[in-house]
Amino acid sequence: MKIIYGVALLALSYLIGQWLGVFFGTLLGINANVGGVGFAMIILMLFKEWFVKNNWMSTDMDLGVDFWNKMYIPVVIAMAASLNVKSAVSTGTLAIVAGAVPVVAAFFVFPMILKNFHKN
Amino acid sequence: MEIFMDLVEKNGLIMGFLVIGMIVAFSELFSKKVLNSKIPGSAIAIFLGLVLGYLGGVFTGGEKGLADIAIFKGVGTLGGAMFRDFAIVATAIGASFYLVRKAGLLGMISLFFGIGLFFFMGVVLAYAWGYRDAASLCTIGAGACTYIVGPVTGAAVGATSEVIALSIAAGVVKTIAVTIITPIAANKIGLNSPQSAMAFGGLMGTSSGVAAGLAATDPKLVPYGAVTATFYTGLGCLICPSLFYILLGMFF
Repeated sequence: MKIIYGVALLALSYLIGQWLGVFFGTLLGINANVGGVGFAMIILMLFKEWFVKNNWMSTDMDLGVDFWNKMYIPVVIAMAASLNVKSAVSTGTLAIVAGAVPVVAAFFVFPMILKNFHKN
Repeated sequence: MEIFMDLVEKNGLIMGFLVIGMIVAFSELFSKKVLNSKIPGSAIAIFLGLVLGYLGGVFTGGEKGLADIAIFKGVGTLGGAMFRDFAIVATAIGASFYLVRKAGLLGMISLFFGIGLFFFMGVVLAYAWGYRDAASLCTIGAGACTYIVGPVTGAAVGATSEVIALSIAAGVVKTIAVTIITPIAANKIGLNSPQSAMAFGGLMGTSSGVAAGLAATDPKLVPYGAVTATFYTGLGCLICPSLFYILLGMFF
């Protein structure tokens, strides 16, 4: 039954993170979620450290989060299958060029960023 | 048959689990038997998802790919924003806060660099295609960032609906391009550690593309790429319609 604690902890982190994202979005005057998922991830990491330190984590609880962690790729497959792929490839050349050319450029820039800013 | 269809429509999400399970099983088998495991099953499954999304659009003329076909509606629920974000957050359980903090600066640098790079390349390409007004250029540049930054920016600067649709399409193309190119290029560009994944997420931005691309490369890298990529859309929504729009206004 403790498996629900894991799912609930994940849900709590998710909701606090999304709330922070929307909160900052409103604060900055834009109608968007500013990094809500990123905040949620950091909150979950902090919760986990705190729970592990206090010995509150149990195998069942871990399983509750880990299930969703492992469901990630299947969810991405479902997402890919429900994207508007057809319109993306058929709206005309500019959409394809503006979508793809900067990506190719970014793949060339990436090693330079790593070389210049990555410290071991 | 009618009873079966009725049952499937009432239990959409459950049907979604079954459909995705079958896609994964087929892809794993295809990867092992036909490709000798040279391309991971997850990469094939994601690509197959895109193909099915395309076919769904062709058959129904709708906007949600396969999910527009009634019996596959649950695929759209499973792949919708709620489950996607919930599962992305769950991947953080496997990440180390220490590593995230260590690569924080690198991630931030790539974040700003990435938004600037995609935005201005998008603007230059839109200019080459004949757009001359600041609102259209700004919206298409924002669409080159992600398919959320595009319409948010377009609405803020008052672009036409045609341009907004174009910006969404550019963003979706970007997601697809990142998904496909990442596993192919990962080795060559040094994308093999948590730190490099964080820089990669910040530079590329599209959280679905980054996460799908990394999932096909090495699932252990997903949380690190996702944690920076998710800030990209928010930051893009913040600076594209403000700072970048003002900047463009000086020239057009």
